[in-house]
Amino acid sequence: MNPNNYLVLAGILFTIGALGVLVRRNAIIVFMSVELMLNAANLAFVAASHITGTLDGQAAAFYVMVVAAAEVVVGLAIIVSIFRTRRTASIDEASLLKY
Amino acid sequence: MNGEVIIFWVTAIFAVVGAVGMVVSRKAVHSALWVAFTMVNLAILYFSLGAPFLGTTQIVVYTGAVMMLFLFVLMIVGVDSSDSLLETIKGQRLVAIILAFAFGSVLTSAITSTGFTSATGLAQSNEATGGNIEGLADLIFGRYLLAFEVTSALLITAAVGAMVLAHNERWAPRKTQAQLQRERTLSGHPTPLPNPGVLALHNSVDTPALLPDGTASQESLPTAFKATPQQIEDGTNEVTS
Repeated sequence: MNPNNYLVLAGILFTIGALGVLVRRNAIIVFMSVELMLNAANLAFVAASHITGTLDGQAAAFYVMVVAAAEVVVGLAIIVSIFRTRRTASIDEASLLKY
Repeated sequence: MNGEVIIFWVTAIFAVVGAVGMVVSRKAVHSALWVAFTMVNLAILYFSLGAPFLGTTQIVVYTGAVMMLFLFVLMIVGVDSSDSLLETIKGQRLVAIILAFAFGSVLTSAITSTGFTSATGLAQSNEATGGNIEGLADLIFGRYLLAFEVTSALLITAAVGAMVLAHNERWAPRKTQAQLQRERTLSGHPTPLPNPGVLALHNSVDTPALLPDGTASQESLPTAFKATPQQIEDGTNEVTS
C-alpha cells in the first residue's frame, strides 16, 4: 500500500481538529480538538518511522505524548479555575484582557 | 488486498467519522466519546504500522487517562453545558469551513505530489535491535536521554501548576462540631428532617413525605423541588397528571 495514505489521513485529522478549534465555543471541546491535532501529528510521526525504517519517529511520537499529557493537566486546571470565577466554559466569556 | 490495507481503510474511516462527530456533537460528553473512539482507532493503526509500544501507550495514556480527565472536568463544569450555536462573528463558521477545506486540500496535494512511494518497514531495524520495545528503549535512554530527563522537569512543573491552579482558598473557617450542634439546636428543628416520599405513594425525591396527620411536609423536599400548591391544599402527595 502507498504509505502516503497514512500521511494524508494524518492531514485530514489535523484539518478536522483545526476546524473544531475555529468553530466551537466550548473551551473543553476546543481543547479536545487540540488533542486531535496532536494525535494527527503523532500518526504522521509513526508513519514516517514506518516509511524510513528507523525508530526515531516513534521516539518523537513518545515525547509528543508526554508533552500532551502535561499540557492537558495544566489546560484543564485553567478551564476549571476560569469556570470557578466566571461560571462558564465558553471561550467568548473570558475576555477580561480585551479591555 | 492484504491485512494492512484492510486495517488501514477500516480504521481510517472510523477515525475520520469520530473526528467529524467530535466537531458536530452539540454536547461536550458526546464529543469526548467520539474523540476516545478516534484515539482507539489510531492505536490500532499504530499496531499495524509496527509500533506496538506506542499503540499500547496511546490506549493507556490517551483513551485511559486524558479522555477520562476530560470527562471528570466535564462533570465539574456541568454535563449539560451544551454549546450555544449562536455565531458571535457573522459568517465565521462558513469562512472556517472554507479555510479548513482549502488547508486540507493543500496538505493532501502536497503530500501526494512529493511524498513517498514505498515504505521500508521496520523489520530490518527490529532485527538489528532485537524488537520494537528494545530499539525504542535504546533511542530514548541513549540518543534522546537529555530530552527524557528534561521531560521529568516538565511533568513536575505541570503537576505543581495544576495543583496551584485548581486549589481554592477556604473563605470561612471550618465550623466546629460544637458550632454545628448549637446552630442545629437554635434552629427550632433539632431532629433530622423527614425523608422525601415517607408513607407516600411514590418514593422519588420530588414526592413530599406524609406527616402523621396526613399533611404533606414541605421540609422533606430538597430545595430544588417544591410541592405543588395542589398537593399542600389536598394534604395528599399523589402525583396528579
